[in-house]
Amino acid sequence: MTLKINWFKYASPASFYPLAGKMIPWFAAASALLFAVGLYWSFFKTPEVLSEQKQYYKIIFIHVPVVWMGMWLYLVMVVWSAIGLIFNTRLSFMMSAAIAPTGALFTFLGLLTGAIWGKTSWGTWWDWDPRLTSFLILLFLYIGYMALQSAIDDTRRSDRASALLLIVGMALIPVIYWSVNCPDPAQCTALHQRSGLGKIEGNILFAMLTMTLAVWMYSFVSILMRLRNIILERERNKDWVAQLPEVAQ
Amino acid sequence: MDNTLEVRQLCCERGDKRLFSDLNFSLPAGSLLYVEGANGSGKTTLLRALCGLFTPECGQVLWNGEDSHKLGDAFRDQVIYLGHHNSLKLDLTGIENLHFSLAVDGVKAGEEALLEALASMGLAGYEDLPVRVLSQGQKRRVALARLLLTESPLWILDEPFTALDVKAVDHLQSIIASHVNQGGMAILTTHQEVALTSGQIQRIRLGEHV
Amino acid sequence: MFSVFFTIVRRDVLLAMRRRTDVLTTLFFFIIVVSLFPLGIGAEKNTLRHIAPGVVWIAALLASMLALERLFENDYADGTLEQMLIAPQSLSVIVAAKVLTHWLLTGLPIVLIAPLVGLQYYLPSEAVVTMTQALMLGTPVLSLIGAIGAALTLGLRGGGILLSLLILPLYIPVLVYGAGAIAASMMAKAPVQPYFMLLGAFLILALIFAPWATAAALRISSE
Repeated sequence: MTLKINWFKYASPASFYPLAGKMIPWFAAASALLFAVGLYWSFFKTPEVLSEQKQYYKIIFIHVPVVWMGMWLYLVMVVWSAIGLIFNTRLSFMMSAAIAPTGALFTFLGLLTGAIWGKTSWGTWWDWDPRLTSFLILLFLYIGYMALQSAIDDTRRSDRASALLLIVGMALIPVIYWSVNCPDPAQCTALHQRSGLGKIEGNILFAMLTMTLAVWMYSFVSILMRLRNIILERERNKDWVAQLPEVAQ
Repeated sequence: MDNTLEVRQLCCERGDKRLFSDLNFSLPAGSLLYVEGANGSGKTTLLRALCGLFTPECGQVLWNGEDSHKLGDAFRDQVIYLGHHNSLKLDLTGIENLHFSLAVDGVKAGEEALLEALASMGLAGYEDLPVRVLSQGQKRRVALARLLLTESPLWILDEPFTALDVKAVDHLQSIIASHVNQGGMAILTTHQEVALTSGQIQRIRLGEHV
Repeated sequence: MFSVFFTIVRRDVLLAMRRRTDVLTTLFFFIIVVSLFPLGIGAEKNTLRHIAPGVVWIAALLASMLALERLFENDYADGTLEQMLIAPQSLSVIVAAKVLTHWLLTGLPIVLIAPLVGLQYYLPSEAVVTMTQALMLGTPVLSLIGAIGAALTLGLRGGGILLSLLILPLYIPVLVYGAGAIAASMMAKAPVQPYFMLLGAFLILALIFAPWATAAALRISSE
């Protein structure tokens, strides 16, 4: 999520709050539209598979977007936190805090849909497959961040400590991923078979991309709403908050 | 060597509350600054911001014209800070504590110098006892003994007279006074005054700077 | 720069010698955890041999984490940590000194007692040697990475559990390759060398980056 519009003007919570409020309905509409198209396409336009059981494969149209978002949002959090540490901007830290629950939710949903897919395709709810395991660890990283945030009362320390934690986590993610995927270093060759995107059947690709965009738009909605709440809570002693219509009674 | 500490438009926030803002003062060599204010007005936060433990929201702390953060170790070398804690390891003896705090400060002092410092703080005979068995006042005096051996010109002392009896208070006042009279600088929060024979005294009252 | 390193090491060793129980509790915790597994899982020789690599490392992780809570807590409480923060010394060097001493007192005993674990789990002698070497390389990494977590959680309520939540995911690479090394040593044709190279690489990287990150975390926590 990047703001290319006149950055410094919107770097203060007071000016970003109304802007976020205006953006939310647009993202919500986009998200609803994309979900409608995406879900329709996923369930009706993608190839039907013969056996009754394999129909469940269609859950990948939720699974894959959600997994991608879970990973992407962590990266976005790291970027915002780094910006906050370097430029000492409060809003960046608030953004990072707003993203965390959404990212954690998607990661959890990714594990859940992955488990459902696993059960219907291979008969087990869980498998210590390297991908699933790494994804579980990502969930732990999200939870660690949120736990640290809530354990520290002082907002300044809380923001900076969790930012540092994110960055350390980010630095270690490749190592963790690699160690889980490749526990035997002597025999580490290609990790998985990855079918290039070009080889995926057209309809499936379209459905997946549409769903990914839909989930992404949805994440804007939930993150911006949460961000507005965080702004209100943190800035509650400021004049501009007291003058807001929703606050002044 | 004429040092100056300058503070420009300093503001500090703690827990979403602004403690003070737009604080300006200049402290030349040979002067003493009293920081006064009610409880919670930010005196301790100000002192911690000056020595670098706390990052102020805005403003600058300048040492001889240069930003103290940029100077880093070079600035920290010139400062000694005594906060509310005595900063003593209870399991170590008085002389061991003194030795280690000075060593971390970069000051090398031989055993005789350490013993002398402790003795002049009225702790002769107590140097080899673990600090945990000393009284509050005695612990404070062990902590204050650093002042006798430090080479740093800027002393930042937060309520240094706490737990001291009348005699020790007098003694500390004379130590601070002599330091300032010789061209050093001191910043104190306290209710007890120090009599200077030369140099100037400044005062700042927090709680009016919001 | 290095004189402060030795000063801190001497200070912390002196302090530890005045409170010897702290050192021993970590070691006994390790021994207890290691001894619980055969009781819980069954003492069948082959099973034990099979789970030994994992068990040893998990016990080492947990012991390391318990000990880490105390790394900075004491200095934070009595104000000596503050003094280190405003000392004209490199904070990373001070941190490295504290972590080294911490490892000497909590990690090294685990390395030295490893042969006993080998005995309990019926490990062949090559495996015991590998285990000791792997622990020797890996436990300092645990202390170094754990120090970052200890610095972040200074003075917080729920300290120990929060610390484990933050740190255990980061310990996973050491666990995987440390246990892998021991497991490989028990298989005839598996080379152990690649594991040691990885563990060694982790150690070097941790030595370079962890003290710096820990110092940053200490500053954040002390405001």
